[in-house]
Order: sequence, then structure tokens, then C-alpha cells
Amino acid sequence: MFVPSVTNPIGDFVRDMVPRVAEFLPASLQSDTLNSIAAFLINALICVIAVCAVNIGSAPILIFMERKVCAHIQCRLGPMRLGWHGTIQTIADVIKMLFKEVYAPSGADKLMFYLAPLIVLIAPFIVCALIPFGENLVVADVDMGIPLIIAVNGFGVLGILLGGWSSNNKYSLLGALRSGAQMISYEISFAMILLFVVMISGSTNLMSITMGQAGTIADWWIFKIPVLGIIAFILFFISSTAEMNRAPFDIAEAEQELTGGYHTEYNGTPFAMFYLAEYIALVTNSALATTCFLGGFLPPCIGVAFVDNYLNMVPGVVWFFAKVYFMIWCYMMVRWTFVRPRVDQLMDFEWKFLLPVNLVLLCAGAAYIVIVG
Amino acid sequence: MQENITLLQYFKRYFKRCITGPWSLICGLSVSLKYFFDPRRIVTEQYPENRKTLKMHERFRGRLEMIEDEEGNNRCTACGMCERACPNASINVLSTKNIAGKKVLGRYVYHFASCTQCGLCVEACPFGAIRMNQDFEVATTDPNTLEMILNKKEGQG
Amino acid sequence: MSAMLPPGFRIQRETNTEEFFINMGPQHPSTHGALRLALRMDGETIVEVVPHFGYIHRGMEKQAESMSYLQYIALSDRQDYLTAIQNNLGVVIALEKGMNVGVPEKAEYIRVMLQELGRIASHLVFYGCFGGDLGGQTCLLFGFKEREMIHDILEEVTGSRLTTNYFRPGGSRSDVPDTFVPRVKAFLDHLEDAMRDYERFLSKNVIVLERSIGIGVLSKEDAIAYGCSGPVLRASGVNFDVRRVNPYSIYDQFDFDIPVFQNGDCYDRYKIRIAEIHESMKILRQCVEKFPKEGPWRSKEKPVRLPEGRYYSEIETAKGLYATYVVAATTGEKPYRIHTRGPSFPHIAALNKMAQGHKISDLVTIMATLDPVIPEIDR
Repeated sequence: MFVPSVTNPIGDFVRDMVPRVAEFLPASLQSDTLNSIAAFLINALICVIAVCAVNIGSAPILIFMERKVCAHIQCRLGPMRLGWHGTIQTIADVIKMLFKEVYAPSGADKLMFYLAPLIVLIAPFIVCALIPFGENLVVADVDMGIPLIIAVNGFGVLGILLGGWSSNNKYSLLGALRSGAQMISYEISFAMILLFVVMISGSTNLMSITMGQAGTIADWWIFKIPVLGIIAFILFFISSTAEMNRAPFDIAEAEQELTGGYHTEYNGTPFAMFYLAEYIALVTNSALATTCFLGGFLPPCIGVAFVDNYLNMVPGVVWFFAKVYFMIWCYMMVRWTFVRPRVDQLMDFEWKFLLPVNLVLLCAGAAYIVIVG
Repeated sequence: MQENITLLQYFKRYFKRCITGPWSLICGLSVSLKYFFDPRRIVTEQYPENRKTLKMHERFRGRLEMIEDEEGNNRCTACGMCERACPNASINVLSTKNIAGKKVLGRYVYHFASCTQCGLCVEACPFGAIRMNQDFEVATTDPNTLEMILNKKEGQG
Repeated sequence: MSAMLPPGFRIQRETNTEEFFINMGPQHPSTHGALRLALRMDGETIVEVVPHFGYIHRGMEKQAESMSYLQYIALSDRQDYLTAIQNNLGVVIALEKGMNVGVPEKAEYIRVMLQELGRIASHLVFYGCFGGDLGGQTCLLFGFKEREMIHDILEEVTGSRLTTNYFRPGGSRSDVPDTFVPRVKAFLDHLEDAMRDYERFLSKNVIVLERSIGIGVLSKEDAIAYGCSGPVLRASGVNFDVRRVNPYSIYDQFDFDIPVFQNGDCYDRYKIRIAEIHESMKILRQCVEKFPKEGPWRSKEKPVRLPEGRYYSEIETAKGLYATYVVAATTGEKPYRIHTRGPSFPHIAALNKMAQGHKISDLVTIMATLDPVIPEIDR
């Protein structure tokens, strides 16, 4: 029945406690099936809360971080008033956005209009449930982790297309169609880099991919394969930026040309959801990059026993989030530095440059494995 | 927009761009990194907190005011040159007659709402009776405060 | 295959797509002012661009009929507000031709220095808007960061950052303070380093090159036919700069080059403005060395009365050829008519020619490189 596919200390703890708590209930309600159902539901609730906490809790931090990184690149300070150096600015913005009036423009398809932001949120949450945050901290340790991630990414495309199409606005339509073409193309690149990672690590299970990098910092997949690892990392960076519709690939919402693209007509809570989806996708993609290339929750040991003892004492979760935030900082620096390519140039870049380079990378990776073993 | 080039030229350009492209992007990133990590480059001021130390330049054209000495006497003779010099009639010089029957300044009406702060009135005044001060925090919620009477006493002529 | 079709039957070779109309309305982040562009598009490709302006028409030329000359100088600030100091000079040179007054040497140096500072300020806004419109919003703040230093200098000299109202017939309104020349020198040193960084940021960036080379080509004949001037004309291969062809003030005493490029596309228009910033810095350095510390800054002050007649002046502002035509019907302090020729009008007129066949992103790039200021067109 409700037998878990993998055991971990938190799940075991819940399964132990439930019968003990159930002893206090009247005898008619005690049974093994009820206990296992209750344990399953409590476990599921903890998992949902954990994933939501990581994602929705990071979103205000990320919005604030984006504004500060942007400000410091532009030689200014960013939010400074609310809280110490502006730390609670995001909460004020969220409260403002939640109180705004929500309406659909006339002629818009109301069901699709209000459904679109919800659909965009599905993919990042599912992917976040697959990623190991620590030694025993993974919500769903599925054997086919990587193919599931690739499959679920399509929801992002669907949501944007729906949102743009149902807005009854030419600018939104242009933005949605551009974005649809872009995200479908870059999914190929995204999938091929993940395929490369699967090839060199020998497994599609994210936990095994992480544990395959155990050892020192030179054992991380980005460094283990001499040059190909770094090239693969850069290609993953580019593909995931395009997947997230983030600058420099944000033609879908190019403010200077389309005054907002697919989210022109949204305001209030639906707009907050699109915004949130972008930041949650950022966390998720950074987490994926960390797991696949930067060693996941493993500490960056350098081989010197004295230092390694201290590094190992820090829990894996802390290392994981440190690396994730470093990746997020890299994404933000790239966003505020580069200009945007044109739509057809974007497609050219994917089909004429990234795809051939990906294929060459796969062949080179295969050759490396055969030769070096 | 499509030019006809040979296959060889196409591939040469392709591979050249593979090298020059990423290098140019790295150059751009280096500028960003330089500006990010250097806090001395911050050029913005924290405005309401630094009000006490803010000083405008001497010639800054703020709001018009009448130059008065300690007793409140001004140098205006109600000649009306400033009223004529103003491009959009923001000044009204209302003169009266004093006890001796001479024309003196009664009220100097200044419509701050329509003033463009060009300073032509100050330039036109032959007696140096008015100047533009350094006041820049002039926003107000009550439009009636924008109709000002600049003189405190009647003029001496 | 076609032999098997019944006679008279035509196969439709092209897909049946419709053109549609989209409006880059007066409120848009990248139309450089209140300009409405009515676009006829075929998918993402532009078929025709029709600009509609007049949204910021303030009736300046009509107002000039009831203002005195001095008051019109104050009004001319508001035409091309990015370089108000250059507009002032255009009007003042026409007045000086009418009043027949000379300008002392120190006043000429002050004029040239402030003109070149205004030119650098305008080109910095171009740099900021070019990068910003292409997507890199950091460039916007970089451009305006250096411009703030010019604003500071202008505020110290003229009393106002934007609406300067400084030049008068025969010289300027007041003397420059003692800190003017040291400030300009410090600014030039700072700008050298900053321009090096900014050029590294954008000039060779592969995405910028892809988006601007070959886009919006304006041929030499078209540029002359439309009446373009300034950097737009010189990027299309025509070596025409009013400071060389018809020198005003003391520009013939300085040693500077006029950059000219041949292709006439967006990248050339970008390169030429960056080159012009460097040329302006060259002129400013020569001025700083030769600046006369003593001397009158205005020839004897007379009331501004022009005799009857028609007076014309043209100067080279940052945007192009800015001409003022003053018609004085009677000897007096008020004109009968003043007409200003703004350089941005022909550029917007040539937009259709440049943008046909391109995509909407290219239209934004072309608008950014033409660097129009819509209030100058509408007045």
C-alpha cells in the first residue's frame, strides 16, 4: 500500500511517531492501514511545506538581491529605506501588488487568462521536488529524475502561450509567440546538456549524480572532465537562461519593444504569479546546475585533512544554498550586462551554434569516457 | 539582407565569430564586475538624510525673493522692468502713492506656479532689488501658497 | 505534376497571411518622446512606418511673435532640451548678425567650451538610450552618470542644469566662475577612463554588432535628399559639418577631425557619435589650455533691438544642423516671426525608408541611432 520507495530519517521518524500518537485515540480508530495513511499524509505535507518554503521563501530574498545587484552594477545603492538597507522592501511591494485590482481586459478569454499564471508555476515546483538539498533531504528520489525534469519543462511554454494569446492584445500575442518558439528551441539544448551529465555520471538519478562528485573540489563534474566540463557548464548556463525567459533572452517581455509582452495585461495577483514563477524557476535552475555540475550539497574539500575536517562539519544544506546563491548571482550579473539579441538571431544562435556544439560535446564526452574510462 | 558568400567564407566567418564573440562578452562582464565590486563608484546621494549638508551652487536659480536689509527696506522703485521682462507674466508690480505723492511699491505679486525660473527679471532690474535664492524644496500641497507677495514693507521709491 | 491539374487551376504558392496594424503609441518606452508610429506589419516584418507627431506642440513659434528676443532665448531652451545651451547659441548668433555686435575673445572661448560640453552631454544620452533600447539597461545609467557631471558644471556657470538661458548677444549673461576651467579639466580626465570602460562594454559586443551592422541603411543620395544632417549624414558618407563648411564662433582656430563613415547603417551611426565625443574632448582640451583668464565676457551691453530685415544663422548641434531665421518687420524689440529648423524632423521622415523590411526590434534600434528629440520637431 503506501510503502515509500525510499527511506530517509524524517520519513522514518514520522512513521515511528504515528503509531505512538495513535495509541491515545479510541480503540475503534486504531489500525495499521490508518496509521500508514496518516504517516503518508503527514510526510507529504512536510514535503509540500518544505518545497514551498524553499521556493516561496526565496522569492522575496531573490527580488531584493536582484535589485541590489542591479544597483551596484549601475553605481547606485538600490533600496535603502525600508528595513536595514532596504531588506523588507520586497514585503512592501508584495503587499502592494496583492491589493491591486484584478480584471481581465474586454474580449479576453477569461478562463485561459486566469489559468495561465497558475500553469507557469507548475514546472518549477515539480523540478524542485526532485533535487537533493542534503544527504537525506530529497522529496522524491526518483530513478528517472532527469527525463522527468526535461518532460515537465513544457509547462512553462504552455503557460506563456496561453497568457499571451488570451489577452486580446497584439503586443501580448507577439511576445507569446516569440517566447513559444524560443523555449521550444532551447529545450533541445537543455536536454542535450543534461544528457551529457547523465553520460558522464552514468545515472539519471539526481542523488547518484551528486554522490558521483564525492571527494575533493576536483571531483565535481565541472572540473573532472578537463575542458568539456566547463564548456558544458557554460552551455547549460546559456540554455537555462533562455528557458527561464531571462535577459539577455527575454524577448518575450522586452519592455523596450513590446511594453511588456505576454504579461502586459496582467496586474495584481496574476502578475505577481508570473513574477514569482520567474524567480522560482531561477532557484530551480540554479539548484539543478549546482547538482549537476557544482557538487550539490558536498563541501568543496581541497584534500588537506586539516581544512577538510572543518569543511565537513558544516551541514550539506548550507553548502547547497551557498552554491545556489552563487549561481543566482551569476545569472543576475549576466542579466544586467548584456543586450538582447533579435528574435531570428536568437533562433540562429540555438539552431546554428548551440545545437552543433552540443552534438560535438556529446561525441567528445563519449570519446573521453571510452579513452580514459 | 542576404548576401551571396561562398561556403568557405561562411565557415571562416562562423569560426572567427566563435572566438571573438565570447571574448567580447567576457570584456563586457569584466566592466560589470569592476563596477560591482568597487563601492567608491557609487554616485547617488541619500536625499532626505543628507539635507543638512546640501548646498546648491551660488548661481542656482531657485525661487524669486526680494533683497531686504535688517529693517526690511527694499530697493524696489516699482519701475516695472521685471514685469515686462518676464516671458509668461508671472510678476505683477502693484504700485501705490506714498504720503509725498511719489510712486512707490505697494505689493509685489509673484505667481510662483507659472514661473519658469529663467532669471530674466533679475537681469532686467536696474536696482538689483530682486534675486533668485537657493530654495529647491518648493513642492507644496496647497496651490494658494504659490501666489506670493514678496515685499514686507512699502518701497521707498 | 502540374500537367495533371485541370486547366485554369492555379496553385497558391504563398501562404495567405494578412498584414496587420500595430501602434507604437505616443506612450512607449523607446520612442524618444511623444511620437506615434503607425506600423503596418506582416508578422514580425515591417511593411510601412507612418510617424505622427504633434503631441508635444507648444506653439513656440507663435509665442515668439509676441515675445521679445531675450524672452525667446529663454524659450529656445525647451526645444532640444538635451542640449539647451546649443539652442541658445543658434538664436543668439542670428541676433548678433542683426545687431551687428562683435564678441570678445573670452566670450568666444566660453561659447565653444559650453557648446562642446553640450555635445558630449547629448551623445552620452545617445549612448545610454542606445544600450537601453537594445536591452542592456545598465547602459542607460552609465550614460546619465557622466552627464550628471556636465550638469554640475552647467549649474555652476549658468544657474540651471537643463534650461540654461545663458548666451546673450555680444557674449554671455555673466562671467564664468574661477572653478570652471579646473572643473572641466577634471571632468575630461574622468571621462577618458569612463569612455574606455563604456566602449569595452558595447562597441565590440557580438550581440550589438549583430543587431546593428547592416540594419537601417541610409544611402548617401537618400540622406541628402531627405535633408538629414549631423551624425546621420556623416555616417552615410557625406563630409558635411557646419563647423568646417560655414564656421561660426572661433571653430576655425581649433584642430579637430570630422569623422565620416561610409556604410550608413546603425553601427556606423553609433561609432560616429562615440568618435565625436572624442573629438569634442580634443577641442575642450585645447580650450582649457588656451583659455584667456582676463578679458571682457560681454561686449558693451545694449538693449536688444534689431533693425528691420531678415537674419539667418546655422550651427552644428549634437543632432545636426540647427538653423534660426529671424524676420524683423520693424526696428524694435519684438520679432515679426522666428522660425527654427530642427535637425530631427528629416531623420524621422527618413525612418520609413530605413525601416522597411526589418523587424520591430530593428525599428527600435534605428530610432535609437537616429537620436531624435521629438520636442524639437514639434516645438
